[in-house]
This record gives sequence, structure tokens and C-alpha cells, in this order.
Amino acid sequence: MEVKPPTPQIPAPVWTEFKDLQEWEKYHQERATDDKTSDTLAAIADAIHHMPGGWIVTTTTEKIFNWARKSSIWPVTFGLACCAIEMMATFASRFDVERFGMVPWASPRHSDLMIVSGTVTIKMAPMLKRIYDQMPDPKWVVSMGSCANSGGPFRHGYHVVKGVDRVVPVDVYVPGCPPTPDSLMYGLLKLQEQVGEFQKTGKRPTASDPK
Amino acid sequence: MSTTAADASARIRETFGVEAAVDGAMVTVVVPRELWTELAHFTNRVLGCRYFNWLSAIDWKEHGLEVVCRLENLDAGLVLTMRTRLGPGETRCPSLAGLCRGADWMERECYDMFGVRFEGHPDLRRILLSEDWEGYPLRKDYAVDTPFAPYR
Repeated sequence: MEVKPPTPQIPAPVWTEFKDLQEWEKYHQERATDDKTSDTLAAIADAIHHMPGGWIVTTTTEKIFNWARKSSIWPVTFGLACCAIEMMATFASRFDVERFGMVPWASPRHSDLMIVSGTVTIKMAPMLKRIYDQMPDPKWVVSMGSCANSGGPFRHGYHVVKGVDRVVPVDVYVPGCPPTPDSLMYGLLKLQEQVGEFQKTGKRPTASDPK
Repeated sequence: MSTTAADASARIRETFGVEAAVDGAMVTVVVPRELWTELAHFTNRVLGCRYFNWLSAIDWKEHGLEVVCRLENLDAGLVLTMRTRLGPGETRCPSLAGLCRGADWMERECYDMFGVRFEGHPDLRRILLSEDWEGYPLRKDYAVDTPFAPYR
């Protein structure tokens, strides 16, 4: 008798707010529709950017802003499972991400980054979404470990979300089970690079652009 | 109280007329469903097994569910395992929550995972899974990749 491995029927992820990458980026850099001040400022920035030579001003300003942003990424202290132990080790004195300006902060309302460290169960996913929604824009998400990336060893369990990107948009995936503090630190440095390229005006860099 | 395993086995045999297998300090009793509460009461009050260790179930597919529970007498070091077959298609089982408070949440979990309906339980709700969960995941016929939009 031939023994076949089970063929899992995994439906495609159902996005609630975004359907593809463009929409995801839009979602990422979107602001409230009734925010008149920000709209005005964005219009002014755009006008300056399209003036002859104005791009020098906007790109320089954005570089300064991005430098400030990436130098003070505050991750919300959000530990889900065993990866949280490694995350705590990363925050602690031996690896010390505070030298990159990352202060673990115990409030989502003051934070810029959520490190999803561990298995996201179906029961936990709405709470995770709520914490993400409470964070002010701009905000980033690092998915830490196999479980948060794809479900990991529990992928075919009955209660596990098959990757946290089904719940919130993810910027950096850190593989490992669990990732060592070095891996997470590497991921955080990659995130800093990504934040350094954060743009509101002009042509946005894509992954295929030369560095 | 000095209740040995052999002593407990003999007393169960003369009271209920069921065979009680002895393995070291552990006694295993297989009872019909009707004797479930009576045996638990006897074990708890007469043999002094006051510590309710755990309760769970086994899905034997077409042979139905089997409920297993373990009571311990910590002073005498006596461990008693009770097993009962519910029969094919049967999900009702008498509750032990009135006897031991420890049985309350164990039976809720058993209901959550296997769908065993414990009769006489004061508050039989899901305990670990969300309220809107469909099916009982530790049953053998539960499809593991059942969609649960939008998370799975």
C-alpha cells in the first residue's frame, strides 16, 4: 500500500485592508482622510519637489527625517512565545539594541515597531491587530521566527495563524526557530536601512533598484 | 491512611464487581458509564484519592470516545486511573465537577477538544478555543486545515 503524505488545502490569505503590494504600500503610508494639516504640508512638499531644483530640498529634508526615524525606532514590548526570550536578550545589555536608539517601550501608542516574536494563535490574532492599530503611523512590523513567518512547526495545527502577514503587513522577516539575538539584530539593522529609504514624495525606491 | 494498591483493587472488586489491574502503585479500573460517578465517589471518599490529577479523552474512531481520569491519594502514594467507553456516536458522560472542583476546567477542556458533553456540569462552555469555533479539533475526523478566515 502506498503511503502518501497529507496534502494540505491552505486557502489564500484573505486581506482585510489591502490586496496587493501597491495597495499595501498605500496602506502603509496613508493618513486619516480628514487630516487637513498633513494634507496641506504634503501638498507643499510635493510642490517644492516638482519645482526646478526643489527635489534637492525635499530629498535632503527626507534624509534628515529618515535619519531621525531610523535612529529612534521604539519597539513595543510584545512577546508571544519562546522567541520573546531571545528578543529580551536582544534588548538586554549584552547585545544592547539601545545603542541603535531602540528603546523597548511598554505602550503601543508611543511605539514605531512591533516585533511579532512567536506563534500567533487564532485567538491571539485580533489582539495583535488591535495593538498594531493602536500604534501611530509610520509603523513597522518585524516578523520574528518561523512561527510568525509561516506558522512554523505548528503550521498544520488547528489553532495557528499561518504567518502573521495574514493579520498585519510585515516589513522584515527574521528566520530561525528561534532566531538568535544576532539574527534579530541583523533584521533590525535591515529594518533601519528600509526606514532610511522611507519616502513620501517623488519616486519610491524598489527592491530591484541598485543601492 | 495506609491504602495499598492491592488493597484498593480488592475493595473496588468487592464493591463494584469490576476488575482493577494493579501495576506498582497504579490501579487501572475500566468501568461502564453508569458506574462512573459512583466509582469516582467511592475512590474519593473511601480510598482517600482526594487529588484530581487530570481528565482527558481518547477518540477510538468508530468505537467511539473513551474518557480517562486520574485520581491520586497523595498520602498513601496511590494512583487510580479510571476509564470508561462512551460507545459509538455517544458524547454524553456524567460529570465529576460536583465531586471535585478540579474536574470543572478539565471537563470544560475535554468538551472543548473532544465534544464530550458532561451531564451535570455547572458551566459547560469552551475554555481554550474561541466561542465561535466550529468542531472539536482533537477528534480524529477533524480536518486539520479547516479554513478559519481570515487567519487560516
